[in-house]
Amino acid sequence: MEWDWEFVRQIMPTLIDGLQITILATILGAAVAAVVGLVFAILRMVAPAPVARATGFAVEFIRGTPLLVQLYFIFYVLPDIGIRLPALVAGVIGLGIHYGTYAAEVYRAGIENVPRGQWEAAKATNLTARQTWTHVILPQAIPPMIPALANYLIAMFKETPLLSAITVLELMNQAKSIANSNYRYIEPMTLVGVFFLIMSLISVFFLRWLEERYARVDER
Amino acid sequence: MIDWSGYIGLILQGAWVTVELTLMGSALALVVAFAAGLGRLSRFMAVRSLATTYIEFFRGTSIFVQLFWAYFVLPFAGITLTPLQAGVLALGLNVGAYGAEVVRGAVKAIGREQREACIALNLTRYQAMRHIILPQALPLMLPTFGNNAIELLKGTAVVSLISLTDMTFQAQVVRAQTGSTLIPFATILVLYFVMAWVISLGMRWLERRAGRGLDGVRV
Repeated sequence: MEWDWEFVRQIMPTLIDGLQITILATILGAAVAAVVGLVFAILRMVAPAPVARATGFAVEFIRGTPLLVQLYFIFYVLPDIGIRLPALVAGVIGLGIHYGTYAAEVYRAGIENVPRGQWEAAKATNLTARQTWTHVILPQAIPPMIPALANYLIAMFKETPLLSAITVLELMNQAKSIANSNYRYIEPMTLVGVFFLIMSLISVFFLRWLEERYARVDER
Repeated sequence: MIDWSGYIGLILQGAWVTVELTLMGSALALVVAFAAGLGRLSRFMAVRSLATTYIEFFRGTSIFVQLFWAYFVLPFAGITLTPLQAGVLALGLNVGAYGAEVVRGAVKAIGREQREACIALNLTRYQAMRHIILPQALPLMLPTFGNNAIELLKGTAVVSLISLTDMTFQAQVVRAQTGSTLIPFATILVLYFVMAWVISLGMRWLERRAGRGLDGVRV
């Protein structure tokens, strides 16, 4: 079977529709992951020991199991206990929780990398807990986290095709339905690959720039 | 009351397929990782750019897209793969690309003085790599290889979407036949977690072995 440009032109609008959903899911997923990650990180660092240990186990469990199965779990099991979610919402929650566990590790490493002396100096200068966090710890902890978080954002973007398995009409699902109704797989599947490749090549350059910009706090 | 024993057998069959896929995929990934990782460090421009293209391509698109491409598009090029072959190929090449960067990073992390000593001792490039550089680089690679193997295990769930009867596929079958959702999905989540845990235990054991005799050498 030959590559057909006319067919490509014809299916492009549908694929662009799918791409929009893909990007929407990525952005929403990232927002959920940022918040969930913060909750996990705080629970692991400051909660009483049993809670911290339980959170640690939950994080390990989520990281050790496939996102696809977690999506199935959210999409198929939750309706049985009365929580009925639209596919996109279920997908965003799945992405958010899965990548939240990765974000939690980034937050934790970022905060733990602030030298002890900074905490002691804050205490010595009689800063309140709030002042210590907002003026001393976070301004030093956040910049090194940015490249690592961006890295997971790209990883999450590449995982969004999994949402097609729970019927979200994103890029991959649009491509599959085009392929199934026209019996032509070459163009839609290749185009999906090309879309992802272009997006992630762009984001790799963006990531390099972020690393240049933020990763060298200690050298300043 | 549903008779669960048959369904448990089904899920265990799926678990075996998942294990097979993970093992074969890891084997392919390991070979590819060393080939591409060392290829990127080659003297020859052509080899370097070939390896870089491969790595960027497979890291830039997701495993899902690669799998569908291998399964649905390659037949048009005259290469028809069974779902298992397509799965092993896509998983191995995908994780291999990540592994290649690990190999490259670890080899580059070996100090300059080691290379200079090799030149001073008149070792060939092959000898230097085989006897000096790689034995020291290997322990640096293992922890990340462990993570990559777990990523590969998690990636195997995707093959259920090209109708390969792995654990996730069987859980869907059980769901369709019994209407129960919690039990099949909770079961396979636990099984995946146990497999990931076994991988990380195994890797820790390997790390201890590979690190033997290198105390004092590494800083």
